[in-house]
Amino acid sequence: MRPDMGIEIAGMKLRNPVIAASGTFGYGAEFAPYLDLEKIGAFATKGLSLKPRGGNPLPRIVETPGGMLNAIGLQNVGIDSFIADKAPFLRTVDTPAIANFFGNTVEEYAEMAERLDNVAEIAALEVNISCPNVKEGGILFGTDPAQAAAVVRACRRMTGKPLIVKLSPNVTDIVRMASACADAGADALSLINTLTGMAIDLKLRRPALANITGGLSGPAIKPVALRMVWQVARSVKLPVIGMGGIMSGTDALEFMLAGAAAVQVGTASFINPGALQKIAEEMEKWLSENNVESVRSMTGALQ
Amino acid sequence: MQFTSMILSNFQISPGYWRMRLTAPREFGHAEPGQFIMLRTSSGIDPLLRRPFGIFDAGLHSPPQTGAASHPFFEILYKVVGKGTSLLSSLHENDLLDVLGPLGKGFDMGIPGEEKLIVGGGVGLAPLYLLARELVKHSPVRLFAGGRSRDDILCITEFERLGVECYVATEDGSLGECGVVTEALLKRLDSRNRQKSAIFACGPHGMLDAVSKIASERSIPCQVSLEGYMACGVGACLGCVTPGKNRTAENPDFRCVCAEGPVFDSRELGWGNI
Repeated sequence: MRPDMGIEIAGMKLRNPVIAASGTFGYGAEFAPYLDLEKIGAFATKGLSLKPRGGNPLPRIVETPGGMLNAIGLQNVGIDSFIADKAPFLRTVDTPAIANFFGNTVEEYAEMAERLDNVAEIAALEVNISCPNVKEGGILFGTDPAQAAAVVRACRRMTGKPLIVKLSPNVTDIVRMASACADAGADALSLINTLTGMAIDLKLRRPALANITGGLSGPAIKPVALRMVWQVARSVKLPVIGMGGIMSGTDALEFMLAGAAAVQVGTASFINPGALQKIAEEMEKWLSENNVESVRSMTGALQ
Repeated sequence: MQFTSMILSNFQISPGYWRMRLTAPREFGHAEPGQFIMLRTSSGIDPLLRRPFGIFDAGLHSPPQTGAASHPFFEILYKVVGKGTSLLSSLHENDLLDVLGPLGKGFDMGIPGEEKLIVGGGVGLAPLYLLARELVKHSPVRLFAGGRSRDDILCITEFERLGVECYVATEDGSLGECGVVTEALLKRLDSRNRQKSAIFACGPHGMLDAVSKIASERSIPCQVSLEGYMACGVGACLGCVTPGKNRTAENPDFRCVCAEGPVFDSRELGWGNI
C-alpha cells in the first residue's frame, strides 16, 4: 500500500512534506532540468528585497568537513524584477512557491509583505529574520524577540497569505524567539537557518571568506538542527518546518519525529540538483516498508 | 544532465597533473568547447561538494579489443591541489563517478578563416583542446601555452597533432621562451599584417587580466574562461559570481560564472573590481 504523503501546513495543502530551502533553489526554473517540480511539496525562492542587491565580496563560499560556509550576502534581483521576470515561470508549475524576503527596517519588511501579498503566483511568504551575513536587517531582527515580533506583526497586517518566519540558530534561547513570532501572528516557523562559522587559510593567514564569517550548512549541522526543531516543536503551538543538513529521506523523517510538520532541503540540492525528489521518494519507500499509512503520523511521534 | 560515469583511464601526465577519461551518455556528444562538468570525488560527505572541471576532450572511445563497440567518452585534465583532486588521482579504471554536465556557456567560434589565438596558463589549457579541435576545421590556430616551469606545460603534442602552431613560455626558462606567455602573444600580434584575429584564453586571473588588456588595446575580440568557487554549477548558490563591466556602488552587476559563463566576452567583465 502506498503511504499518504500529503500534508497541510499553515493552510497550504502540499503533495509531500519536502520543500526547497530559500537560497539553494534559485527561483525554481534553474532546477527544472534536474527534477520534476511537480513531485516536490513546495519551493522557497531566493530571499528578496525591495531593491536589487549585489551581495558580498568574493570568495563567498568555502567547503568544510561535512558542510560548507557561505556568505553570499543576499544577492537578489529585487522585487520588481522578480515580479516581471521570475514570477511568470511560477504560473507554469503546479507546486506552491514560497517567497522568502527581508528588509532593512520594520517598514521595509511590511512593504515587502504588502507587495508580495499581491503576487498571485506566490502561495506563502517566508520572513527571513536570520541571515547571518549582512549587517543591517536579517540577523538584527532574528536575535531579539521584541524586534522579531515587531517585524512579524508588521508583515501580518499586510498579508492574508500563510506567513512563515525563518529562525536563526545563532541565539541563546530559540524557544523565546519562536514564542515571540508565534504571539505576533506567524502561521508557521521554519528552522534552522545557517550557523555562524569561520574557516581560516593557514598558509595565507587569512579568513577563507572575504566576509570573514559565514553561515554553516550541510550534514555537519544536522544534530544542532534536530535539537532546535525538537525544542521549538514541543513548546510552541505552531507547525514547524525543519531543516539543517537533510541529505536523505531518513534524515527528513528524523526531523518529522522531532516535531516537524514539513522539511526544507537546501545544501543537498547543490550536490544533487534532483535531491528533493529523491528525498520525497526515499521517505515514501521507508514509510511503505515500515507499514506507516500517513507521513503526517510521523510528526512529533518520537517515543 | 546527471549521470554515472565509468573511468576508462586515469594517469599522471606531468608531476601533479592528471588526465582522466570517462564514459559519457550519447547526448554528451553535444558538449560545446568551453563547457564544464561537476563531479563528486567521493560518495560520502567529505568532500561534500562537487568539483568543476573543464571538458578537455569528448568523442567516441574505441576499446582496444577488436569487435568491441565504441562508445562516447569525455576527458578532464586536473591538478592535484587538495583532498578532492587527491582522491580523484587515486581512482582506477572501472571506478564509477557521479557527473553533472555539460554545464555553462561555451566559446563562440568566431568568424571562420580568421586567425585564432589560444592562450592557456597551466591547467587552464583544459578547456582549450576541444576548442582548438573545432577551430582548426575552419581557421589557422596558434596556441600560447605558459607556466612556471616545463612541468606546467601540458599536452602540447596533442595540440601540434591538430596542426596548431604552438608557442611555449615558462617563467624559469625550462621550456620554450623564458618569460610570461603574454610576451609571446604580443610578439605574434605585433608581427601580423593587418590580419584579423580573435583571442581565446583560460588560466590564472593575472594572465587573463593581462590578455584582456592586450586585446582591448588592439580592439581584438577576446573571450576568457573563468574559474570560480562554486557549490552547485547551475546558477543557484551565487558563490561563483564575478563583477560585470557595469558594476558601481549603486549597480550590483554580478555575472554568474557557472550559468552565464564560464566563457565571457572580456569586455563584459569588470576587471578592476575582480
